Amino acid sequence: MLRVEGVEKYFGDFKAVDRANLVVERGEIVAVIGPNGAGKTTLFNLITGQLKPDGGRIVFKGEDITGLPPYKICKKGIARSFQIVNIFHRLTVFENVQVAVLSHRGKSSRLLETARRMAVRETMELLEAVGLQDKASEIAGTLSHGDQKVLEIAIALGNEPELLILDEPTAGMSPEETASTIELIRRLAETRDLTILFCEHDMEIVFSIANSIMVMHQGRTLIQAPPGEVRANKEVQEAYLGGE
Amino acid sequence: MQWRGKWQWPSVAVIVGLLLLLPFVLPRFYTYIIALIFVTALLAMSLNLTVGYGGMFQFHHGVFYGVGAYTVALILTKTKLPAWVAFAAGPVAAAITGLLIGGFCVRLTRLYFGMLQISLGSLIWAIVFRWYSFTGGDDGIHGIPMPDFISSLKSSYYFILAVLIVSLYLLYRIVNSPFGRTLQAIRDNPERCEAVGVNVRRHQLAAIVIATFFAGVAGVLFVVLEGSVFPDLLFWVLSLEVFIMCLLGGWFTFAGPILGAAIIVSLRTFVGIYTEYWTLILGVILIFLIFFLPEGVMGFLMKRFAPQPKAQVAERGNHAQG
Repeated sequence: MLRVEGVEKYFGDFKAVDRANLVVERGEIVAVIGPNGAGKTTLFNLITGQLKPDGGRIVFKGEDITGLPPYKICKKGIARSFQIVNIFHRLTVFENVQVAVLSHRGKSSRLLETARRMAVRETMELLEAVGLQDKASEIAGTLSHGDQKVLEIAIALGNEPELLILDEPTAGMSPEETASTIELIRRLAETRDLTILFCEHDMEIVFSIANSIMVMHQGRTLIQAPPGEVRANKEVQEAYLGGE
Repeated sequence: MQWRGKWQWPSVAVIVGLLLLLPFVLPRFYTYIIALIFVTALLAMSLNLTVGYGGMFQFHHGVFYGVGAYTVALILTKTKLPAWVAFAAGPVAAAITGLLIGGFCVRLTRLYFGMLQISLGSLIWAIVFRWYSFTGGDDGIHGIPMPDFISSLKSSYYFILAVLIVSLYLLYRIVNSPFGRTLQAIRDNPERCEAVGVNVRRHQLAAIVIATFFAGVAGVLFVVLEGSVFPDLLFWVLSLEVFIMCLLGGWFTFAGPILGAAIIVSLRTFVGIYTEYWTLILGVILIFLIFFLPEGVMGFLMKRFAPQPKAQVAERGNHAQG
């Protein structure tokens, strides 16, 4: 479904991503792991267009999407959440998700219809799916950090993506919030027929839900393989797992 | 962020009714001041579409007001075209100018957007200010012939009020439309908005074109009221004043800029009688505003008296499930 081939990104002389490779098949849950500064977030930003690659190719469903702007990549069926909470602070929870739903339906530019009556059912259905329905009318900026992270996922779902990219979905969450968010991700993948690509620091989580794990080190791909194989790999142990 | 109580439309009707009666009870001078407030209020409302709803640093909005006014003035004085052509051309010329200047500005972010707009806008001001043979230079254009039906103060008052009501209705629809909601989302977080599939620059540019169109409408109304134009309409000081009206009235509320325009125009008029140092007073107001009313007068009142303006969304949502 998604193929990342030899992608590179430089920040000045620093190689943030150095010929990274990644394959995501339809229906999989793929994790990207690696120490801080390994280039995971940069890689995600390259895939979804926030950054433009300096080399390599990114192919989604057989189509070259390398270097397209984010809004075009989103229209192709890739939605994402961000590591640092990235929501619409002054809008309500409901409106946050509705903006994405309206965009997905190509209605963002309608000038004389009344927004608050549009896509209400679909938006509420998404809020129920992530468990935020009771907070629909609250201003998003006033939610707890954990709820904001979950709201991020709901916004991403508003575009009915085929591939959902989650950048550290549980960062900064309490253990209880983390557990319920992981359960949420697992459930979403099953019920909504989603393919998920995520990165995460908590190894327990990664090995419990991923079908395939890609290990990044200093911008490079060390290996991409099923969890068992990754755990057994010598190079990975030295670079990363061994340190814990 | 709007007040959507059941008293909303009745109170609007009462206010409009009162405004219709005013010219019969008020002296001429006050009628004129209120008409001037209407014109300025529309200008401030149009600016707020980009500033309050769009989060853009539209620092030189006066230029589009001036372009609208000068377009009408030039067509009425230099051609034999009917008045309605001139009235239609004003807003269109303003919107085209908005498209051109905005097209450059949306490529930049935040402060750079504002700086570029001030530079490009000042360029237009300089042309108007210097081109004596065409625009009359710093003398402006006076004694612009008006059609009979708006030649008296009273009739122009009603004309301005009618255009204002229609414009405000349209702006109200726009800010509550999917376009307006998406615009607010861009204000809050352009990066996220682009990631949900919105072409942010195009959306911002569309908002600028709409805002500058209504600034042009305000420019036309100014000519209807004054019968003259002068380069100060395009000067950055006026743009700053209008910006302050938005902040003062409450830039996160729909009607805030009207209140801001009323306060500033009244102060300028009545303080101006006693002192030449009007801008000094304006500066002091700005300082108080920043420290004590960061969301403006209207924003302050709404927080104080309407703490639950959003309750309806949940009701509707629950209803939709059931």
